[in-house]
Amino acid sequence: MIITILYYLLTAYISFLIVWNLLKRKKWQEEILYIIILMPFLLRLFRLK
Amino acid sequence: MPFNWLYLRKFILITLGLVLMVFAGVSFYESRHLKEPVVLSQGVTQVKKLSDYFRGIRGTINDSNIYILEGVKPGGTILILGGTHPEEPGSRLTTWILAENAEVDQGRVFVINSANRSATTVTRLGGGYPPDFTIPTPWGGQKFRMGDRWSNPLDQWPDPEAYIHYPSRQELAYVDIRNLNRTWPGRANGTLTEKTCYALIQLIRKEKVDIVIDLHEAELQYPVISTIVAHEKGQDLAALASMMISGTEGFSIGMEYSPPALHGLSHREIGDHTQAISLLLEAPEPFLDATRGRTDRELLLEGKDEFVVKAGKHGLLFEKMDENGWPVEVRVGRHCSTILQILELWSEENPGKSVMVKGVPRYAEVIEKGIGNFLHDPAKADSKRIYYE
Ligand SMILES: [Zn+2]
Repeated sequence: MIITILYYLLTAYISFLIVWNLLKRKKWQEEILYIIILMPFLLRLFRLK
Repeated sequence: MPFNWLYLRKFILITLGLVLMVFAGVSFYESRHLKEPVVLSQGVTQVKKLSDYFRGIRGTINDSNIYILEGVKPGGTILILGGTHPEEPGSRLTTWILAENAEVDQGRVFVINSANRSATTVTRLGGGYPPDFTIPTPWGGQKFRMGDRWSNPLDQWPDPEAYIHYPSRQELAYVDIRNLNRTWPGRANGTLTEKTCYALIQLIRKEKVDIVIDLHEAELQYPVISTIVAHEKGQDLAALASMMISGTEGFSIGMEYSPPALHGLSHREIGDHTQAISLLLEAPEPFLDATRGRTDRELLLEGKDEFVVKAGKHGLLFEKMDENGWPVEVRVGRHCSTILQILELWSEENPGKSVMVKGVPRYAEVIEKGIGNFLHDPAKADSKRIYYE
């Protein structure tokens, strides 16, 4: 149970890092890449999949 | 590029990403919460919950319904497990036919449609599987959740680096800690999947179950197919059933011994840890084959795939495969007839522990009439006789 909560916190932290990096990118190709990478993290964070 | 234009572009791309996520998220959420009605057969005398046998499972997604059909005459007890691997729909559909149609004259039949209910609420991650499928019925159609082989990670997460099976200490694939057919006999303080097996073991012991039949489907590239896998205690019964079926039902089914050193499987652990005989039935499901083409509802239900046919021409399959495929009616029909044959043979050999069942269609009848003909319209049923999976 504690491990599960830690994993959700970790997911939130990584999502935050991805968004942070996304905002700092200059190329649109990289921005799209970051958005695609972000999706499974958000789906887990919001308990959708 | 001007500063604010860069941010506008980011805003548009993020919005597009969010739209995509919302569409996917709504689909996942709806499929997870799709209600599947079961219109109880006249033969169902009681409906219990798995938590009635182990409180540790109460309030969890795996606190599944248990449909109990009791005959007037005392006899033996049989437990039929559907949905150990929900992505094998022939398994759950067979339990639907039983729970909605069977009547018992002697003995007792316990039916569980969603042995691993958590696994019915998710599809293969990143697999692009259909979220659900519909069986046509005379009153329209009934929709079922697609499901997966493993418990939903939303209910059990994360997986360990290495899964050590309890109590054998055998190391199994890490992901199989969410596989209900790798966590038998389970443990009371384990993961959700282990607790589910533990609860089922308590049921089998408390109700003095004589035979447990675990229903499955398998890919054609897997050697354990079209067969009854039997624990030592059930070898004679399985061998006889295999002979009887091949002689009288219009299809053939093999029989295999449960390997003593392979742990966590129902056909091994239920037989080892309880008084019951454990049998596992496999029917062919081309949808599961790695070389399949488009993974859609049509393939799931009709079982036709040109790439799997081609694999067969290269000698890669353990079951025949042609352009007729393996429709779900054929798979469910096999399960129905195999269960009936096992019960008939068991009852002949053990008159005091007979289990006499009627109202269940056999192989030829399921193929002729279709599965939908044995599913009842919940709109026309007494609401007290409707349960949801
Ligand atoms: Zn299976």
